[in-house]
Amino acid sequence: MPPSPNPAAAAEIHLHAPPSTDPPAAEALIRLAGVTVALGGRPVLHGVDLAVAPGEILTVLGPNGSGKSTLLRTLIGAVRPARGTVWRRPGLRLGYVPQRLAIDATMPLTVDRFLSLPVRRPRADKAAALAEVGLGALGRRQLTELSGGQFQRVLLARALLGRPEVLLLDEPTQALDQPGTAQFYRLIADIRARLGCAVVMVSHDLHVVMSASDRVICVNGHICCEGTPAVVSSAPEYRALFGLGTAGALALYRHAHDHGHDHAHDHGHDHTHDHAHDHAREAPRSRAAAPEETP
Amino acid sequence: MSLAPLLDDFLVRAALAGLGVALAAGPLGCFVVWRRMAYFGDATAHAALLGVALALALEISITLGVLAAATAMAFAVSALSGRRLAMDTALGVAAHAALAAGLVAVALIAPRGLDLEAYLFGEILAVTRADLAAIWGGGAAVLAVLAWRWAPLLTATLSPDLAHAGGIDPRAERIGLTLMIAVVVAVALKVVGALLITAMLIVPAAAARPLVRTPEAMAAAAALIGALAALAGLWASFRWDTPTGPTIVSVAAGLFLLSAIGAGIWAIVAGRIGTGRGEGLRGEG
Repeated sequence: MPPSPNPAAAAEIHLHAPPSTDPPAAEALIRLAGVTVALGGRPVLHGVDLAVAPGEILTVLGPNGSGKSTLLRTLIGAVRPARGTVWRRPGLRLGYVPQRLAIDATMPLTVDRFLSLPVRRPRADKAAALAEVGLGALGRRQLTELSGGQFQRVLLARALLGRPEVLLLDEPTQALDQPGTAQFYRLIADIRARLGCAVVMVSHDLHVVMSASDRVICVNGHICCEGTPAVVSSAPEYRALFGLGTAGALALYRHAHDHGHDHAHDHGHDHTHDHAHDHAREAPRSRAAAPEETP
Repeated sequence: MSLAPLLDDFLVRAALAGLGVALAAGPLGCFVVWRRMAYFGDATAHAALLGVALALALEISITLGVLAAATAMAFAVSALSGRRLAMDTALGVAAHAALAAGLVAVALIAPRGLDLEAYLFGEILAVTRADLAAIWGGGAAVLAVLAWRWAPLLTATLSPDLAHAGGIDPRAERIGLTLMIAVVVAVALKVVGALLITAMLIVPAAAARPLVRTPEAMAAAAALIGALAALAGLWASFRWDTPTGPTIVSVAAGLFLLSAIGAGIWAIVAGRIGTGRGEGLRGEG
């Protein structure tokens, strides 16, 4: 169970480490403690405890409307929690790739200019960043002329120019086809290896996520389970959310009944079973692949 | 100051006043256009009449009264936007309420024989040296703040989330923008009047849009187009004895039409020739 937040600090938002609360774990870059977020009076997240460690690839899974994007926006400071604390290491460099960016037709904006916002970057750096994300010399093109996939890569290139210590991506592969998605995750893994940055990523691509993440958290208004991909994919909370899809349903059904006693617990990762590993890998893959493989 | 005698000429003062407003309103107007704040500009500008009434009642400078009223209105409307009202309706109510209440208040307070039209449509030919000082002082302040905050303002306009991630507070930028709009309203009242101030903000920016490929170019082009409209409008109104403020805005609207039609023709011609814009379709491998 998550530790209950310090009630004295619960009503405040701390952008820097306050002396009065527990210091965050030395290695954490961002830490949320007991965070509750309401948007327009509607509760979206409650009681979220989360620490982002340097260099890890952390994936946030969850159904539509579960608060995944809100969680990401809380991490970057765009959303103020109603309760709980948000701590970011002072001076932390964030790279954020939003899910969408609507460029108003009245704003002329070239790729080059966009890459220099808000901080001006040398031309050579911009060219290198575009090359790094697999784009050619399209610096002079208007943002509105790009395809969805190109646009997403330009957003990523812009985030990389800031040498981020944490790279946050909100459903970055939405505009990509399946090979493009696989390629994109390889790119992210390369970037992490080279920059050593932590990556926090919201995703729907269950099968890829499971192989590309160090840690997975499953969100549905709160964090319902977390751990390594193998652990999470065998958690009953995860199965309840990502459901008994068509092709994988039978395997899952068996799986669920093999470990029926899991349902008694709130947090499956507290009760991992040795034999869960037998199923951990194929279960999410078969389930996720099913809707995409049927024409 | 060897140029001082020039300022004795009311036409020179009028030209300088028009230029001063246009040079500040053009770049600022780009943000009004990008952020879709045209209605917001209307509400703020219409509050100028309430400011006139306030200034008459308190016997303070008109510019100060208008600045106070426009600022108060701008923040009141900003607060409204945080709530869940249909924004264009709320702004429409605010803009017209301010206009109507302003007209009533001026009628109640103003001395008999006050020329209300001067406040509605401007009175550029009656600009004094003090007015000029206010216009150029306010305009220079707006341009200086725009230059200082340009990159953060642009980022916050593009996406508040990107701004947050880059350590920029988009709310602070918005407050700055709101204050700048109030300043332009206050100094432009004498030039184009409460009813046409928004036009000086959005028409030059809209005319500039098809001609440019970067935000900076759009700001510069909007300033130039506004300045051209101010000078040409002043000349035309003198030549044909038409009201100056509306003539300036008419010229700006004409430039907008030219730019829009020109861009349309250019798109067709470029399409025929079949050239894209230089770079090939690379990337996304």
